Amino acid sequence: MTQGLVAIGASAGGVQALSHILPDLPADYPLPVVVVVHIPPRKDNALVALFDRKCRMRVKEAEDKEPLTSGTVYFAPPDYHLLVEAEGALALSTEEPVNHSRPAIDVLFESAADAYGAALTGIVLTGANNDGAAGLQAICAAGGTAIVQNPDEAEVAAMPVAAADACRGALVMTLDEIAAHLAKTVTQ
Amino acid sequence: MSEPVEEIEIQLLLDALYRHYHYDFRHYARASIKRRLLQAQKQLGFDSISALQSAVLHDETMLPNLLNYLTVQVSEMFRDPSYFRALREKVIPHLRTYPSLKVWVAGCSHGEELYSLAILFREEGLAEKTIFYATDINPAALKAAKAGVYSLDRVRLFTENYQQSGGQCSLSEYYTADYGRAVFDQSLRARTVFSDHSLVTDAAFGEMHLISCRNVLIYFDRELQDRVVGLFAESLARRGFLGIGSKESLRFSAQADRFSEFVREERIYRRKSR
Repeated sequence: MTQGLVAIGASAGGVQALSHILPDLPADYPLPVVVVVHIPPRKDNALVALFDRKCRMRVKEAEDKEPLTSGTVYFAPPDYHLLVEAEGALALSTEEPVNHSRPAIDVLFESAADAYGAALTGIVLTGANNDGAAGLQAICAAGGTAIVQNPDEAEVAAMPVAAADACRGALVMTLDEIAAHLAKTVTQ
Repeated sequence: MSEPVEEIEIQLLLDALYRHYHYDFRHYARASIKRRLLQAQKQLGFDSISALQSAVLHDETMLPNLLNYLTVQVSEMFRDPSYFRALREKVIPHLRTYPSLKVWVAGCSHGEELYSLAILFREEGLAEKTIFYATDINPAALKAAKAGVYSLDRVRLFTENYQQSGGQCSLSEYYTADYGRAVFDQSLRARTVFSDHSLVTDAAFGEMHLISCRNVLIYFDRELQDRVVGLFAESLARRGFLGIGSKESLRFSAQADRFSEFVREERIYRRKSR
């Protein structure tokens, strides 16, 4: 099991926001990064190809029962929930959509909080609904680090606002600050 | 740090279900089963998992309620149309060469996959020589599968999928609309055997030519996945076909070398002949 995990949730405007954060992380980033973006249920995952071009870290679509490894960005496949198992592996599910979404950020965050506890960093980015709010609360409750994109800067503020409301302990940061925060992990 | 109480309660409940009712969820993927148990606890109105456990142990009428949470029943007809297209174009030509066929839909849930295959086999002229076996552990799901009734608002998606899968007619030829429901033609399941069968605890079926088991393995942990993939290998005729979900894979399975990839991108495998 890796020593920690970064979990990110994004919806409307998410691709641009992620483009601020992910490409600068080094190829040997010491943690895995798991990402849920609300996308329509099509079979092809264009996000993987897009970020694979932009990023120095390895980028791939999450597979069922795949062990998490550092230096890798995992995107949830369209039309599946993505969960983290206690032993540090990924799992997929076709359970009902949550917050009208599959994949749902709450499903990822809640399971990751159980698995990683204080070693988890959860980040809620721009979006138009309240997915991720309950999950971020679970991350806080488990002693993890909760981060919310500054709503003033977010393309759509609703999702970070809802997350910050639900999780009072969340740190509010601009994308630049989030990128710097994640980069700090490298030198620690 | 000691183990969280909730984790202890979940393990005890799963043990209790197995010991009292022989339903074995102990090797289901834990994160997802936990979600569904917490959902059941909340929606059935219990203060804790322990309270839910007590109720289900002392009142067997609670069991069907709980099973409906523990078994995931979300599916659609012709889900991932390209899978069914690959069956039609690449697998069916091989199946044609057999005098009779056995097809197993393992974990059939409400029957969406069964009816999809039944329609496909009818259009390809194989229905008359095929016996379908549709199995599930949830009696309520088997009953729904036998009935083959789906709400009409879902049928629009089924129709789109059917067309993209290479369907030769109009899906509406296979059902009659009735008060917001689509009732599928009962002759489609005339040669289907419905059966209560557990992939976890029951034995292999014999000499299948095709096993379709989509988005079932993802609910199992790796140990159980290995058992079930082994069970499939034993249940298949030599060179028989296995289709799994588009995001499932035999890659992490200890049984992977008993199969060869047949249509890699659609996760269709073939049992090796030895």
